[in-house]
Amino acid sequence: MQKLADFKLPQFFNYPPYFTLQPVRDTREKQIQLWKELILDYCKSQKTFLICVEEDFPLFSNSAIDRSLSHEAKETFLSAIVGEGRAEWLDKGHRKCLILWHRIQDWADIILQFVRDNGLEDSVMTVEEIRSGTESHGTELQGIDRTILMRALKLLENKGKLALFKGTSADDEGVKFSV
Amino acid sequence: MASGSSIGVGGVFVNAEVTTSGRPVLRLNEVECFLLSSVDFDSEDDPPRFTALKSGNLILTTHRLIWIPSQSNVAVPSSIPLAAVTHIFSHKKSIKSMFHSPRIRFQTDPGSIVVTIVFRGKGDFDGFLTKFWECWRGRAWEEEDKSESETSRSGGSGTVAQGLYGNDGTVRMVGLAGILRKEQEQWESTDKSLQDAFQDLNALMSKAKEMVSLAEKMRQKLLSAPSSQNSSTDDEEMGSKEEMQQWMLSVGIISPVTKESAGALYHQELSRQLADFVRIPLEQAGGMISLTDMYYHFNRARGTELISPDDLWKACTLWEKFDVPVMLRKFDSGVMVIQNKSHSDEEVMSRIRMLVTKTETLRAGVTASDAALTLKIAPAMAKEHLLTAETKGLLCRDMSPDGLRFYFNLFPEIDLTNLHIVKDFGTYGEWVKATSILSV
Repeated sequence: MQKLADFKLPQFFNYPPYFTLQPVRDTREKQIQLWKELILDYCKSQKTFLICVEEDFPLFSNSAIDRSLSHEAKETFLSAIVGEGRAEWLDKGHRKCLILWHRIQDWADIILQFVRDNGLEDSVMTVEEIRSGTESHGTELQGIDRTILMRALKLLENKGKLALFKGTSADDEGVKFSV
Repeated sequence: MASGSSIGVGGVFVNAEVTTSGRPVLRLNEVECFLLSSVDFDSEDDPPRFTALKSGNLILTTHRLIWIPSQSNVAVPSSIPLAAVTHIFSHKKSIKSMFHSPRIRFQTDPGSIVVTIVFRGKGDFDGFLTKFWECWRGRAWEEEDKSESETSRSGGSGTVAQGLYGNDGTVRMVGLAGILRKEQEQWESTDKSLQDAFQDLNALMSKAKEMVSLAEKMRQKLLSAPSSQNSSTDDEEMGSKEEMQQWMLSVGIISPVTKESAGALYHQELSRQLADFVRIPLEQAGGMISLTDMYYHFNRARGTELISPDDLWKACTLWEKFDVPVMLRKFDSGVMVIQNKSHSDEEVMSRIRMLVTKTETLRAGVTASDAALTLKIAPAMAKEHLLTAETKGLLCRDMSPDGLRFYFNLFPEIDLTNLHIVKDFGTYGEWVKATSILSV
């Protein structure tokens, strides 16, 4: 079966109707679900956090069968993912979509685990260090989208697990853990 | 009225009378046709046969060529009767003639003298030439000669060529009256031939009436035969009677139900007749036929006393009230069809299912026209069937620049929890096999 980069595509990716937005309700429901799963799987494997609807997204077209999703189809599928809480539209025009292949809650848990694994229970780190520091190498946190990270941190702040403070510049934004 | 004071030289010309203002005096029935200025009359012979007339106005009438000098002291108004012209030489245009003034040559009697008209002015020479020929050929002066000579005869035997009627009593087609008369005649002859044609049509209609009554007798005979007997002879009779009935129906409707014959029961009777009639076209069309196609078939069979689309539709809707084996059906798209009650959707669906699960159509899908060919039905019908199958979940669609195609719906068979699994059984597996040559 085909691959997109190192991602293994399922057989139905070559099924032409998969790329046409289905009018019949039950068929469309199934189609939406399949696209949702595929998008999330792909984004997780490629660590893609953002889909721009107006740009070419490799998953949205299949040159082997000469088919690609219409704008309407893309919007429908992404909106469905947003509706289930696994993505967010960043703009009113629905041009940029933030993909939460881990929910914010999941990311929060990952951060807590990261803190414990590295013995950072009472330490201070910059936000930037969490996503690109040596500790995060090889972990899921490496390269995490800043917006998502901030959300997860805020969630933890609300739970009293840490405190966010601002430094002199954006890079200095810091976290004091009190896990 | 002033008149010319001297006699024309050479005998070619006749003095022309003019009014005090210089206009020519025309004779009875003489009509002016053309006027040109700066015209000469020359004799090109050597020595010249007559004295040339230089620089005058030329007036062409139905009877004469009149020449009026622009300076009256030099020459007198002169004319040449067209009756004296024996020949007009053809005018050939050549390179040389382009640089000279146009000329016309003609020959007059007595003496076969050739006269040349030279047009030094800027007038419409070609127009004049055409008119000259017309007037000369028109021989307007002959009518008057005739009528003059006729009336000069004493007594006469009553056959006078005057006005419209010739000596032998036939109508002469001359003048405006002649044109009107000609038109009148044409109109009368058209009218007559139309009448003849309608006679034939009436004859045809009366024959048709005979045919209808004959067929009606036969129909009565068929209907009066008992319908539930078991003896073999009756079966044979029944068989041939059925054949007869079939044949009659296919040939055309016997005694069409008209609004007159059925009165208030018109729609009901029409409805029954229609139910009988549709059986055969319906079979030929594969069990389903659009209302428009049926309208065509039915009216064609009726021949005359055609029914309106509205009547047809009403007749179909009445079927619900009777126990007939046919029904009217309306699709979501608005298309209305007539179908056999026995012809259920299930039957069509199973035929479509068989079609789309073949290896080739699994792989490439079907278009409405493919389906029409395979299922042997009209393309519009095929499309309706495919859309119905899609609504039922049997098919799903693929829209591309190549058009709309339908595939067997694999979506239900795909496992959401494991996108990569393909079961051994099921059409999904078949499809994978069918496309295995394509996959990268």
